[in-house]
Amino acid sequence: MKLELRGITKRFGALIANDHIDLVVEPGEIHCLLGENGAGKSTLMNVLYGLYQADDGEILIDDVEQHFAGPGDAMKAGIGMVHQHFMLIPVFTVAENVMLGHEETKFGGRLDLAGARAKVREISERFGFSVDPDALVEDLPVGVQQRVEIIKALSRDAKVLVFDEPTAVLTPQETDELIVIMKQLRDAGTSIVFITHKLREVREVADRITIIRLGKVVGEAEPTATNAELASLMVGRAVDLTVDKGPEKPGAEALVVSNLSVIDARNQLVVNAVSFEVRAGEILAIAGVQGNGQTELTEALLGLQHRVTGEITLDGKSIRNRSVREVLDAGVGFIPEDRQEDGLVAEFTIAENLMLDRSTGAPFIRGGALQRGFIAEFAEKKIGEFDIRAQGIDTLVGKLSGGNQQKVVLARELSRDLRLFVAAQPTRGLDVGSIEFVHTRIVQTRDSGIPVIVVSTELDEVVALADRIAVMYRGGIVGIVPGDTPRETLGLMMAGEVPAGETSQGGAAA
Amino acid sequence: MTVVAERNIVVAGPTTVVIKSWKIPIILGAFALLALVLFVILGRNGTTTFILAEPTDFLQVAPIGIPVRASGIVATVLLAAFAVLGAWFVRSRGRVPLWIDILFGFVFLVEFLTWAAAPASVQVPGMLLQTIALSVPLIFGALGGVISERVGVVNIAIEGQLLAGAFVSAMIASITHQPLLGLIGAMVAGVLVSFILAAFSIKYLVDQVIVGVVINVFIVGLTNFLYSTVLSESPELLNSPPRFEAIDIPVLSQIPVIGPTFFRQSLIVYLVYVAVPLVWFGLFHTRWGLRLRAVGEHPQAADTVGINVTRTRFWNVSLAGAIAGLGGAFFTLGSVGAFSREMTGGQGYIALAAVIFGRWDPIRATVAALLFGFANELQYVLQDTSPIPSEFMLMLPYVVTILAVAGLVGQVRGPAASGKPYIKS
Repeated sequence: MKLELRGITKRFGALIANDHIDLVVEPGEIHCLLGENGAGKSTLMNVLYGLYQADDGEILIDDVEQHFAGPGDAMKAGIGMVHQHFMLIPVFTVAENVMLGHEETKFGGRLDLAGARAKVREISERFGFSVDPDALVEDLPVGVQQRVEIIKALSRDAKVLVFDEPTAVLTPQETDELIVIMKQLRDAGTSIVFITHKLREVREVADRITIIRLGKVVGEAEPTATNAELASLMVGRAVDLTVDKGPEKPGAEALVVSNLSVIDARNQLVVNAVSFEVRAGEILAIAGVQGNGQTELTEALLGLQHRVTGEITLDGKSIRNRSVREVLDAGVGFIPEDRQEDGLVAEFTIAENLMLDRSTGAPFIRGGALQRGFIAEFAEKKIGEFDIRAQGIDTLVGKLSGGNQQKVVLARELSRDLRLFVAAQPTRGLDVGSIEFVHTRIVQTRDSGIPVIVVSTELDEVVALADRIAVMYRGGIVGIVPGDTPRETLGLMMAGEVPAGETSQGGAAA
Repeated sequence: MTVVAERNIVVAGPTTVVIKSWKIPIILGAFALLALVLFVILGRNGTTTFILAEPTDFLQVAPIGIPVRASGIVATVLLAAFAVLGAWFVRSRGRVPLWIDILFGFVFLVEFLTWAAAPASVQVPGMLLQTIALSVPLIFGALGGVISERVGVVNIAIEGQLLAGAFVSAMIASITHQPLLGLIGAMVAGVLVSFILAAFSIKYLVDQVIVGVVINVFIVGLTNFLYSTVLSESPELLNSPPRFEAIDIPVLSQIPVIGPTFFRQSLIVYLVYVAVPLVWFGLFHTRWGLRLRAVGEHPQAADTVGINVTRTRFWNVSLAGAIAGLGGAFFTLGSVGAFSREMTGGQGYIALAAVIFGRWDPIRATVAALLFGFANELQYVLQDTSPIPSEFMLMLPYVVTILAVAGLVGQVRGPAASGKPYIKS
């Protein structure tokens, strides 16, 4: 089936998310849509899938114009989508999720679950998935959940499959498996649209590449193009993909974590007896697939988790079971992984956000009153220092781009006297320019003799920044390895395998 | 660096830690102490007779006499033993099995009845019959609540739906002399109340709890106004509905204890027997239920497979209103026989508690509603004999509700998207 998009335009208020985009996907090809975060890739696919209505332009399938009022119409026309955030109902079984929306029923309106199970098994066998139709989706690992999404699309006879950032949640090994599956599907005649911003994957799997920047198609490329060529097309200028970083000069042990365990609200052991130390002037990266306890570990360091056992000492003093205020006063700087939820108050100005954690006393507050003059002066200085692009210090943070928002968080945290700096997913969702800035700042912080912890699910980022790498899997640390460890080894560790010569901690052993 | 070649990763969820919760043994211990004070220290003399059959019954079961003071001592010892056993279970296995809770509750209840009713007799069939009657509006209300919350709309307005159902059914049945038409009227009234809830919470995205509370206040005001201006003017014409008569089901109604409890009831009660399994089957075994639950759990996922979230929510909230309206009709057509001001008296909120206590499951919610109905009936049975002041007995259903919801429910997970409006981006 041939899919063609002609002059698709989609506006959100004044913002033009898609500006006259043309795209042709031939039958049986893998067509990559490459672009930075916010370039408009997902918007385009949501238009294709009927979730958004285009303001202008048309969608053609086999040269016949289509009008999709909703996803139901798109599915009927043979378009299937594997969403970035899985569209699965966690408390339903695999079979129930697959049948939802086009259920077969038997006598008395009873759901034909047996039929749905058979269908799941049939598709699973065809592509060599091992998926139990009666498993609850919430109990499945993300890699398997993604297969359920694929089965769901295929059970509706999809001829065009759209994968929206499918590798974001996968280990490198799972990514390799997904690439095999995509090629298998292509060879069976399915057209595939693969949306991503990861260059490596594009070159490995694509038959054709279309690059989108700021809502426009800026060019096409061959899979043989180099990383640098693709990156410069994607960003619009030449970019340096490596972080400029000298050798570390590690000092004394600053942060010592021993036997730390965290139990969450659902009584699950989310961090399981981890021990590590970070020395002054080094970056310890904590790698791992999302949801293996990294979030809870950083929250425990900050005093945000309540059921914590084990010990955390900073410069010899315990900071376990202290209030967040006490932890901050001990000199811990923190970039939370969700800046909009935990890092900033969107309805506050830049100046107010820059003093959020300094509201306890002078010089920002005297006699219970905000010192407006000092706050403004401070904000002006930081805006310049951290290159925050905004109209002024009174701009609401919610109106800034992701990169500038993150710079506000960074400016606030780095302008205190730090004894430890914890950055969780510091570049998630940022454009390349901002990523460079954040990375440079993190390395500078290290070079000034502060111990740094970087938590990241992006292997590229881990490899670029780390002096040492701790890999987390199911709440435990699989191993702590040098920063120059090969990606393949890291990938296997992210799937729970212990490298030779290492002993794993806690429940991480496979 | 070499890598372990073999891959043998077991796919399993994260480790769940069993946290030893001493809550239940402590509660049981407290009740055992209460038993010691009431049944032994404040023990009463005499014998309480439990009458298990009515004189007209075909099969006669002899009444059972229980000596109050002796049984009080035995019960207290038993209860203390259960509490200790519960503590032992927590120590060795981390949790108390459910059967201990149930046995404990049963022993406490029987002894409480024996003690409070002494030295008179307890009419067991009559008491159970009344329990069912008092539970009917709660069950219908809870079924409405389950459907509404499962589809993603918090239904605080059950109270308003019950009251509107009671008012309209009384009026229509009085005018037409047809209780069945009154029943239909009650359903329509419930649907109309739901329309307000659905329109504001689904279309205009107003906070669902606030809309629900406002609706309840509005319906109270509206029915009070219409009652004093319209119904009171000519009560013979507008507020004297014919009641549903009790229908004895042959054979079944002759079974001792169970027969008169379940099979000498009116049409509305028999409707409960149909509605509960029907809603259960519908929710968990039909396309309607699958889609409904999908919308309440993850509306966006439902949207992406072509289910119209707004429409699904709107019509199912309306259906929930119709069912709750039926419960309202029971007040006028099933029990009292006339409408009076605010006659639902907060039963809608108790029904909401039954929804949560029943973990959003129609059958468990029904059991919860029966428990609350029983607590309500207990207060009537023991009004005259109980040494506890009647004001405290009046509190009993609510105390049971609070204990049930706060103490025993613990952490339960409701429908994930309940209370959250779906905004299509």
